[in-house]
Amino acid sequence: MSALRRWIVAGIVLLLGRGRRPPRLERERIVPAGEPSPRAELLVLALFGATAACSIAFVVVYAVESIPHQTQFLGLSLGLAFAFLAAALIVIANRLVVTEELEEDYPVPAHPAEQEALEQLVEESGDRMTRKRLLLLGGGAAGAALGAALVTPALSLGPAFEIAPLFRTPWRRGVGLVDERGEPIFAHDVLEETFYTAYPVGADREQLGAPLVVVRLRPADLHLPAGREGWAPHGIVAYSKICTHAGCAVALYRKPTFPTLEPRPALVCPCHYSTFDPARGAKVLFGPAGRPLPQLPLFVGPDGELRAAGNFSGPVGPAWWGVRNRRPS
Amino acid sequence: MRRALVLAALVALAVPAAAAAQSGSGLYSENCLRCHGPGGSGTPRGPRLRGVGAIAADFYLRTGYMPLQSPGDQPTRRHPLFTPAEIDALVAYVASLGKGEPVPKPHPERGGIPVGLRLFTEHCAGCHQVVGEGGYVTGARVPPLKQASATQIAEAVRVGPYLMPRFPKTQISDRQLDSIVAYVEWAKHPDDRGGWGIGHIGPVPEGLVAWLLAGTALVAVCVVIGKRNEA
Repeated sequence: MSALRRWIVAGIVLLLGRGRRPPRLERERIVPAGEPSPRAELLVLALFGATAACSIAFVVVYAVESIPHQTQFLGLSLGLAFAFLAAALIVIANRLVVTEELEEDYPVPAHPAEQEALEQLVEESGDRMTRKRLLLLGGGAAGAALGAALVTPALSLGPAFEIAPLFRTPWRRGVGLVDERGEPIFAHDVLEETFYTAYPVGADREQLGAPLVVVRLRPADLHLPAGREGWAPHGIVAYSKICTHAGCAVALYRKPTFPTLEPRPALVCPCHYSTFDPARGAKVLFGPAGRPLPQLPLFVGPDGELRAAGNFSGPVGPAWWGVRNRRPS
Repeated sequence: MRRALVLAALVALAVPAAAAAQSGSGLYSENCLRCHGPGGSGTPRGPRLRGVGAIAADFYLRTGYMPLQSPGDQPTRRHPLFTPAEIDALVAYVASLGKGEPVPKPHPERGGIPVGLRLFTEHCAGCHQVVGEGGYVTGARVPPLKQASATQIAEAVRVGPYLMPRFPKTQISDRQLDSIVAYVEWAKHPDDRGGWGIGHIGPVPEGLVAWLLAGTALVAVCVVIGKRNEA
């Protein structure tokens, strides 16, 4: 942080404290001298200001979620910022840089003498500007504001510091499983060769950790990882429905009619075809997912209804950095 | 071509057999027994048929899914190998092997297309894709639904052929199934309100087409702007 501050201070000192250059030797001009145009300079400054203002507006709209039609305003502010910047550049090119039409090509920058000529050419092209430093500052401000606006959306990539909420799920020992209509799910209603979506009773279904995919397999076919004995009463297994790759809903169940010859049963995410083996703790069989779906231990309640026997075996949701090695709370 | 030849050979084999034995059990012995075993008891080459009911036999035979050329193949829609009368006899025979569901009778006219669209999106579109165009799931091709009859759609939902899960009445009620059938029937000839259908290839490729057109237009504009002024 202090290094950054030192850089900023050094930059400002460099920008403001530059001494005047020694007076140039009188040379024969290559580029004809142009009339200074203070009005055009003012216009350019105003356009730079508008660019910066629109960029800042973008950041503000992004930050304040209560603004209605946020997406449209985001597009409008960023679009206007670019339009103003383009207008400023057009004005500079047309009104402030000396232009002339030459029959011959410019000298090729091969020899030191010609290189000097080229430098002179560039310098003289800017001669019409009377307030070069101010214009540079204006352009810098516009560029910095626009840059900040472009970097801002990176904040949406996910929380960087406050990640505890990612590990919270509504599942505790004894929480009942309900279907889409809120009816409890009974173990004897869960059939083989199909799949069910379940939610925690009385909890917010929009939470990342809420939805489950439930399938019933023959107990003889189950080969769950060590330590998960008793997690699958009657062969009923429950996994988080949120794919560990990009967070889509795992909405496909591949069920072989004749398992002897056909691909084994699998939970498949429709987004990128991550394929998980429900009989082996949702081990990844195929696709981009980096880790298995977290499993929820189940038990059958006194009335035959399915209940959670604890929390998930691992963190729920897409596999961004830092999530892999912690247990949910 | 090879498939057609094999089919022709099978038909040639089947015709004399059919003439000799029109009975379901006779047809079964000729065509199904090698994989499904005597009396539908199942073998390592094919599953048990006891208790699958008329619903499964009707679906697999009328879509041409069965008989398979080789037990490991994915069944695909073909012209049925048997005549409708032979299929009736076979279906009755398989149904007699054990207790199972009868052939369903869907009523798409009682269902609603908007409800059907919602249910299709929820339960079917993950595999069968936009307007039932078909697609892929890991390990299999997912068939398009353009040729599926109303009865076959209802049968497939309840039976779950090949790798498809089955959806019992607790998952999709008969009423909801009517709506799904109504939607799939509509989706055979969808009206493309948005403009071109572009083969109903889905929103992402459609977006790519839009980018392609817009990109071409942008390049054209750049060419016009960038033209050197001839003094």
